[in-house]
Parts: sequence; C-alpha cells; structure tokens
Amino acid sequence: MYQMTIFEAREKLNRGEITSVQLVQSVLARIDAVEDRTKAYLALDKEGALAAGEKADRDGGSGLLHGIPLSVKDVFCTKKFPTTCGSKMLAGFIPPYDATVIERLNDAGAILLGKAAMDEFAMGSTSENCAFQVPENPWKAGYVTGGSSGGSAAAVAAEECFASLGSDTGGSIRQPASLCGIVGMKPTYGRVSRYGLVAFASSLDQVGPLTKDVRDCALMMNVIAGYDPRDSTSIDCEVPDYTAMLTEGLQGMRIGVPKEYFGQGLDPEVDRAVRDSITLLADAGAEIVDVTLPHTEYCVAVYYLIAPAEASSNLSRFDGVRFGHRDMDADSLIDMYRSTRSQGFGDEVKRRILIGTYALSAGYYDAYYKKASQVRTLIKDDFTNAFDQCDLIVSPVTPTPAWQIGENADDPLALYLSDILTISANLAGIPALSVPCGISKNGLPIGMQMQAAHFNEGTLLKAAWNLELRNKLNLKKPDLS
Amino acid sequence: MKISKENVKRVARLARLDLSEDEIATMTRQLDTILQYVAKLDELDTKDVAVTTHPQNAVNTFRNDEARPSLPRDKALAASPMQNGEAFVVPKVI
Repeated sequence: MYQMTIFEAREKLNRGEITSVQLVQSVLARIDAVEDRTKAYLALDKEGALAAGEKADRDGGSGLLHGIPLSVKDVFCTKKFPTTCGSKMLAGFIPPYDATVIERLNDAGAILLGKAAMDEFAMGSTSENCAFQVPENPWKAGYVTGGSSGGSAAAVAAEECFASLGSDTGGSIRQPASLCGIVGMKPTYGRVSRYGLVAFASSLDQVGPLTKDVRDCALMMNVIAGYDPRDSTSIDCEVPDYTAMLTEGLQGMRIGVPKEYFGQGLDPEVDRAVRDSITLLADAGAEIVDVTLPHTEYCVAVYYLIAPAEASSNLSRFDGVRFGHRDMDADSLIDMYRSTRSQGFGDEVKRRILIGTYALSAGYYDAYYKKASQVRTLIKDDFTNAFDQCDLIVSPVTPTPAWQIGENADDPLALYLSDILTISANLAGIPALSVPCGISKNGLPIGMQMQAAHFNEGTLLKAAWNLELRNKLNLKKPDLS
Repeated sequence: MKISKENVKRVARLARLDLSEDEIATMTRQLDTILQYVAKLDELDTKDVAVTTHPQNAVNTFRNDEARPSLPRDKALAASPMQNGEAFVVPKVI
C-alpha cells in the first residue's frame, strides 16, 4: 500500500477499499524495513500516527489529505514534535505553536508521521551538515541525498511517507528532489505562508512540497498555498485549483532554453537527459525557443552574500535565553551568548554567520551587501526579459547526479558552485520545480528544472505532468530490498 | 588576501562567536576563498541599478493596531533553558 501516490490512496480510501489505519501500518512497516539504510527521520511518532489513523477512519472527513500519512522537514514548528532544524542548538526544542502549513495539513486531514533530517538551519547542499545523522540516497548507499531538505526527499523516494514538505532558499527542495528522483516545487515567493518556518534568509525562503509524482505536487499545492496574515511577506491573491491545470498537450506553450544553463561543468549524461526531455516537451506540442539569462554567472556570488547576511541577522535570536541550548556554566551575559552559540552551531552555520556579519559590517556594507542586492536586480530583470519570449524556462537542476558522502567536505566554495542552477529562482522570487528526466548509467536519478514567471505554478505543473506522462519516470523506484 | 585573521576575530566578536586558533585559521582561509570569488561582482557597473530587497517589490505591510490574543506567558516561557515562571532568567548583567 505504501507504494501508492496520494491520489491513488485517496481514491481507495473514498471507495472504502482500504482504511487509513492500513495505510499508516503499511508505511510504518516500510519505515521499519528501510529507515536504517536511508536515515531520513529525526523524529517519528508511530503510536500517534496509528491513533490518528483510527480517528480518521472513525470520524471520516472530506479533507484533501484525509487519513494520508506525511512527513515534514524538521524546519517547521510543530507542537507535537521537537523541532531541531538539524542543530544541536535546538535539540529537544518543542515549539508552543504549529506553523501555518502544519495547520493547513492538519485541517486537510493529513497524519504527521515525523520530522525529516536536514542540513543544520537549512544551510547545505547535501544534508551532511545535519548535527544528528546524515541521510543517504535511496538509489545508492553512501551517496548524498542532496540538501538541505535531504531527509524529506529520501523519505518520499524510499516511500517512507506519501509526501513531505520542505523549504527552499537556494534550491533546498529542487536539488534533493532531483538527486533522489522525485518531484519538488519551490512556489513563488509569497505564495505559501512561512509563519512557523525557522528563518534562514527571509528574502529568499519559501515552503513547498516533495512528492512522488506531479499530480500529488498539484494536490499538495492546493492544500498549502494561500494568503496568511501572520506572514507579512505572504501575498493576497487567488489560488487556482492546480490539479485542474494538468491537461494533456502543450500546444501554444513557448519553452525557453537558456544557453547559460548548459555551460562548463555540466555532466554529459545530465546534458543528454535534459535535451532528450526538451524533445519530449516539443513532441507534446510546445514551441522551443532560445533565451538568454546573461547574469547567471553572478548568481552564486550574489546568493552567498545575501543569504549569509540575512542568516547572520536571523540567527542572532539563538542566544540561550528563550529556547534551545544554553551554556549553564557561563557567568556573564555576553560570555553566555558567546559560549552558547559556539557550542550550539556547527561549522557551516558559523561560516555563514561570519560571512554575513562581515558583509554587513561598517565599511563593507556597500561593497558587498548593497552590491549584491543591485546585481540581484539585474538577475531578476533577466527573467522578466526572458519571460517576454517564453512561458517556461527549462534546464538541469544540478550540474551532476548525486555524489558520494564526504566529497567536497573541506571545500565550501566547490559545494556552493553546485547550486548555480537553482539559486536564481530564489533571487528572482519565481516558482520553479524539479521533475525526474533520466537515470544515469550509475543508477542515479537526473532531474529537469522548470521555472516560470511569478504565480505561474500551474504552467510548471502542466509542463511537468506532460513530461511525466511521456517518460513515466514516476513509476521507476529505487531498489531498497 | 581579502581577509586577515584579525578581521575574522573582529567579525567573530561582533557575531558573538568564540573561535579556537585552529578555527580562526581554517575560517580565514575559507572566507578568503569565498570573498575572492564574490569579488567577481566588481566586474559589473551597478552605479544606476536599484537594489532588490523583496522579489515582488512589496512595500510595508501593516495590520490594524488592535489587541489580539497572544501566547500565554507559561507557554512562551516553557521552552526556555532557565525561567522562573514569570520571566526568562539570564546571568547578572550589571
């Protein structure tokens, strides 16, 4: 039963062919069988999930996710689970409230199984920065899941839940989705509430789903998208029924191919898989056009100033006073701040706090933060110009398929550069998704990225669904036996 | 070099982080590599370019100044590593 999509499970639940308890039992048995290998979960509540299944069966309900067991990245505040953000700083922290997206899942009838592993404070591209455990790619032992939503991607790919929620600041949903062979979407900035999401870089962070196929992604978007007065960056505009946008044929859709995304360092297998998929999209009726995003080469530099700058400010709240770790031995307030933060944060978090503090400090602000915010405008304008000529931009998600755990361990810049294809969408605030488009000779998944103009998630889903109908990669599963 | 050990120590102090000598050496080397890389932005003339701080260019969002229920004190204090039922407790400041 755990192999079904949300859509399939809902149909069977609605027809009374299965119960929610059976679904939960099936997924829990799957977790018992594969969790030692994937290490996807930081927290699980098996008894709570079974009780919620019984309640869902007893009470009935018409919510879009009624009786469906899901996971969420450990970056969302949850009253029922500790919320660690993958950091020793928040070990054991139980928030006093649920994030808005958690409330929305609850209101839709979903059952929350547990919290998924992640890079500490969502900083990383491999999930190796998780302070508690490093999740492994379900397709190949010893390989990274990607990050920072690596536990969520691994749990969905290994079918340890029906779907998950992640957060994406520079590719943290799309990149692990690509490396684990599933669908992941970063919606438009402002489309989904971030109330209760532990903040990393507030002008870039966005919440989105990781799912087994495109239809489930549309369904999850129907549940989580929408205005929230508790998030001042949330935007009050109508939310369409995304599942209704999955129609066959791409006639009239112009798909842009930016040459800057097919440059140096792109793995030949990734290049081929993406180009073959562009042919499939053309077969479905789309018109393929060349577009240019001339400032792409600057996006990593812009991102690695803006994101750390915002993070250094956001993470000042971890000071040992209101929540999380405190060094109880320190005897002055300043010493307590310093030793608490030095003990609680891992290396990557410290590195980014230092970069960000430097970029914002007196004498350097204009040269770094302001300069980056100006180049951000140029990157955003590139997209505005490109979307005059096309409805959708396609590219690889990552320059290579997944790599081995431990590679790049002492070379932060090399890892930062691997984010080059996903970062721009966050800088421009546009929606983007990753959909499976191939499998390498080495047996590792390859994803295609699709980007659209603000609030055009429906265009992304329609194109991705048409690709999925043709490549049927949603039916390919990793062998975890 | 874009950044010296002394710069890193100063920034660490601003960020309320204690770093060992080893950490300072490693961070100086890594931050220098990163800052050398981001200097690439100097290639672009941005004299007349506006800054982007919000992807949709939204301006201030205000709500009405009305009292609403908020988190009760016991819940707000519950996750603190040290509290006395009324307030957060910190080491003596003065």
